[in-house]
Amino acid sequence: MNDPVKDQAAVPEGRPILSLRGVSKNFGAVAALTEVDLDVAPGEVVAVVGDNGAGKSTLVKVLAGVHRPDAGTLTFADREVTVTSPADAHALGIATVFQDLALCENLNVVQNLFLGRELRRARLDEVTMEIRSWELLRQLSAKIPTVRVPVASLSGGQRQTVAIARTLLGDPRVIVLDEPTAALGVAQTAEVLNLIERLRERGLGVIMISHNMEDVRAVADRVVVLRLGRNNGVFDAEAPTEEIVAAMIGASDNVVSRRAGRARSVKGEA
Amino acid sequence: MADVRAAETPAPLDLLDERLRRGDGWRAVAGGLWQRVRSGDLGALPIVLGLVVIWTVFQSLNSVFLSSANLVNLLMESASVGIIALGVVCVLLVGQIDLSVGSVSGLSAALTAVTFVTHGWPLLLSMAAALGAGALVGVVYAQMVTRLGVPSFVATLAGLLSFLGIQLWLLGDTGAINLPFESDLVHFAQLAFLPEWLSYVLVVVAAGWLFATGYGLARTRRAAGLSARSTSLLVARSTAVLLGLGFAVWYLNRARGVGWLFVSFVALVLVLHYALTRTGWGRSVFAVGGNAEAARRAGINVRRVYTSVFVLCSTLAALGGMIAAARLAAANQATGAGDVNLNAIAAAVIGGTSLFGGRGSAFSALLGILVIQSISNGLTLLDLDSSFRFIITGLVLALAVTLDSVARRSRVAHGRAA
Repeated sequence: MNDPVKDQAAVPEGRPILSLRGVSKNFGAVAALTEVDLDVAPGEVVAVVGDNGAGKSTLVKVLAGVHRPDAGTLTFADREVTVTSPADAHALGIATVFQDLALCENLNVVQNLFLGRELRRARLDEVTMEIRSWELLRQLSAKIPTVRVPVASLSGGQRQTVAIARTLLGDPRVIVLDEPTAALGVAQTAEVLNLIERLRERGLGVIMISHNMEDVRAVADRVVVLRLGRNNGVFDAEAPTEEIVAAMIGASDNVVSRRAGRARSVKGEA
Repeated sequence: MADVRAAETPAPLDLLDERLRRGDGWRAVAGGLWQRVRSGDLGALPIVLGLVVIWTVFQSLNSVFLSSANLVNLLMESASVGIIALGVVCVLLVGQIDLSVGSVSGLSAALTAVTFVTHGWPLLLSMAAALGAGALVGVVYAQMVTRLGVPSFVATLAGLLSFLGIQLWLLGDTGAINLPFESDLVHFAQLAFLPEWLSYVLVVVAAGWLFATGYGLARTRRAAGLSARSTSLLVARSTAVLLGLGFAVWYLNRARGVGWLFVSFVALVLVLHYALTRTGWGRSVFAVGGNAEAARRAGINVRRVYTSVFVLCSTLAALGGMIAAARLAAANQATGAGDVNLNAIAAAVIGGTSLFGGRGSAFSALLGILVIQSISNGLTLLDLDSSFRFIITGLVLALAVTLDSVARRSRVAHGRAA
């Protein structure tokens, strides 16, 4: 594994590696995204949250090169770029882990990690691939006991780890994670959140789509709220949950804020 | 004492996790195998047991069955459908099917006979033309499946009828063309046997090669800090192969010996096994069979994988048909007809290749055809006609597929790949 930041155009400290400005995407009469802005810097975890239909999935697909935006600009490493295909995104160094993970269950961990980029295709170099898999998994502190078992026998968190580790083999600079903790239990969620910390330590920009506020607050540096396809505020991770939820659903009168209000008033009386 | 040593030598890189139950030596190997069988990862076990049962039954009914002469015959007869089954294995691995392998083999036999006998082409040119026609059939199927989205089931069913029609048309009014006995093809398929010394040399080479590759791999793995098979285990495996194959060859040499035809079939199996397990192409075949969408997103050209597999299958079917004609010294309307189609598919499935894609091996064609051919041969020896052969082969197929489904459920329950 090379250091992902090495031998690539360095980005000054704190400057975003990837910036979206005024990105819009329409599907017929439906405006899925309207003038959305988004920045992510190296070593920063940005959470994108929003209610159903807020445009999160469309945003992921724009970043992955599946959808081409109708308007707006993408700036990657201070260079304006167009991403028209998944291959473009890949070549730039934007890796996306979709919610379905896209793993082959009948293949083992090493085979999945190196799928499509095997070493020595005429006579596979299994030993080197296995060693590099172990190195990578160790760097990520992944809890996978053996890499010679089919992915079918791994837990959801372990599969998520394999899917993320696989994108790292391509030396990306930005990783987009679509609902990485959606289907996971408590321990597995913690495992994946740890992994996201590791990605940050490696200097990658991480964009994490989620609607679990607890997970978002655990790892995110900034929280970008989308509502009905538009930016609806940027919060830092310390912001109260009810404020973020209010921005997500566009009202301050909801069950979360009411309960928080009650809790505060109870505390005040005591 | 043993504990102290284990603490001093660092554990291999791939066995560091504390949750792994570690063990060395024979007991661990046996325990691991038993664990796999219990979880439904049966491998070749059911088929080997099945063969033992079938052979015992037929031998008790007719003492000729296990004679050297009959076994030589059995092996020679299994080559043509076995080669066709090899292609079927590849198609099944990507989760598709080719129902027309029988017709394509018949077409290839007819094409070889017409060009070689009627038109007097050189033998190699006739054979190349027939193989080329087979490859072309595969290209057409692949285009229909990948570009037009026709299910392979339907595309190849249509092919089954069409190519049978072309075969009948090619053979003309007489319906049969005899191949001259003195031609190299017929000689190869009927009369060419390995000299006794060469058959033993091949056995030694096979066992030695198995050990050498296993030892080489173990050494690289150990040098890289990974766990590896112990040398004593490798020696034992090679010795078992040496003795097993040695005995088989000795027994066959009591009669006519080992045919070049059968050796060529086994060589094809080995080549395909290598291609499926040790090359990037083989890896992509398994990936497409497991999850085509994931394979596509990993940058694999899924359409090209499908095409390669369909072409390989039809070409091997064409080769098998040629050999069937050579065995008979004639191409006729029955070549590739009747049960050839289903026998080839049944052989692949009985041998352990999953109908659901992504699971199987080249060896399943070899093992499966041995089962099918044993049943067919045994029933012929008992003077039972084809009605019984169909019934019993059908039952064995049903049994094999049922076993596969049950084992599949067990594998899922034990967290192994379905």
